[in-house]
Amino acid sequence: MANGITDLSTATFDETVAGADGPVVVDFWAEWCGPCKKIAPILSEIAGERDELSITKLNVDDNPDIAMKYSVMSIPTLIVFDKGEVVGRITGAKSKGALLEEIDGFLATSR
Amino acid sequence: MNTEFDMTASTSPDTAESEIAGTDVVHDVVIIGSGPSGLTAAIYTARANLAPLLIEGEPSSTSDQPGGQLMLTTEVENFPGFRDGIMGPELMDEMRAQAERFGTIVKTEKASSIDFSERPFTITTREATYRANSVIVSTGAQSLMLGLEAEERLIGHGLSTCATCDGFFFRGHEIAVVGGGDSALEEAGFLTKFADKVTVIVRRGELRASAIMQDRALANPKIEFLWNTSVTEINGADKVESIDVVNNETGETGTLNVTGLFVAIGHKPNTDLFRGVLDMDEATGYLVTRPDSTYTNVPGVFACGDVKDSVYRQAITAAGSGCMAAIDAERWLEDQH
Repeated sequence: MANGITDLSTATFDETVAGADGPVVVDFWAEWCGPCKKIAPILSEIAGERDELSITKLNVDDNPDIAMKYSVMSIPTLIVFDKGEVVGRITGAKSKGALLEEIDGFLATSR
Repeated sequence: MNTEFDMTASTSPDTAESEIAGTDVVHDVVIIGSGPSGLTAAIYTARANLAPLLIEGEPSSTSDQPGGQLMLTTEVENFPGFRDGIMGPELMDEMRAQAERFGTIVKTEKASSIDFSERPFTITTREATYRANSVIVSTGAQSLMLGLEAEERLIGHGLSTCATCDGFFFRGHEIAVVGGGDSALEEAGFLTKFADKVTVIVRRGELRASAIMQDRALANPKIEFLWNTSVTEINGADKVESIDVVNNETGETGTLNVTGLFVAIGHKPNTDLFRGVLDMDEATGYLVTRPDSTYTNVPGVFACGDVKDSVYRQAITAAGSGCMAAIDAERWLEDQH
């Protein structure tokens, strides 16, 4: 899905994230997390504006195994992957400007 | 009004650029902060046709965020009108929608500097500068941290200030909560849904929390108390593995093997922005208002909610003082004509 947020699950995670040939941002979230809800619209905006970034989300309630695999202990956590490798992680909600700055920083150093 | 970026060329005079500069618009009321006090002030000033502009703050995982401290709580049982209780974030969404219904303009931005030395006042964010005939300060308070060096490194890795965000990840673990007030006990109670054991570390020999919260916590078999105790260190390279504690009376030290530490030791008012401009208690930073009102020392600037209240600090008292600020601002503006 172009310009949207892909909803990941344990079944689709490897194919979508590990198998990607470009940058993928995964938003680990849950329904009961207030700060997660605050950044959801920001991530939608980023998805709409940045074609080269694939923005995805993973519900930790439904997919605890993936959350555990990546040692997620706090949400929201954003993990940034590039060509299937973890290049950085952001813990906690932040403003759009701050999120983009960190994401771009991780991608710049990984290349 | 909308400041979303429009990539197409605009022919209207109201271009994004002029709006960002914002120099031609002077708002009657600008409200800084969007907890119960700021949103109540917005509802009242909006209904008085003052078209308030609300600078609600930026998302964060601390209590310094749009919606304020209630965004990090679960069930709110003491806000009148909700006999079965309401979730904190849901209550704030309702207040925000109510404020917008009457024409409040909401900006998801954070005030970074202010100039109250002349009128109109100016408030600057990363995105814009706003001008205002009157300002309502409702920036609230945020959670205090312990001040340990390891905090920066371990926050989000076992160290948390948000039980509702992170409790889920401690299923079956043994964890600790620091603090003796209502928020500490609420967090401890919530965390027992997940953790096997929650140790509440209390600096003194008694709790500050309300009677009903104390009764619940003391009756909860998963909660244990460690009295007269302070946390001196958080151990772990990339996640919390244990904490060092000291007994404040005997000086006895010890280590607690916990994988999670939740900090709820109180709050500090968000007043750094106003230092040297608005009168405040030098020691605590709480703003000082004229007795029985929300007037600050600067005519046209009003303060309400937790930013000026070190005593009650409830959603309902914050909302009440937000209403007072709106009425004070409305009358003050009328007197200027």
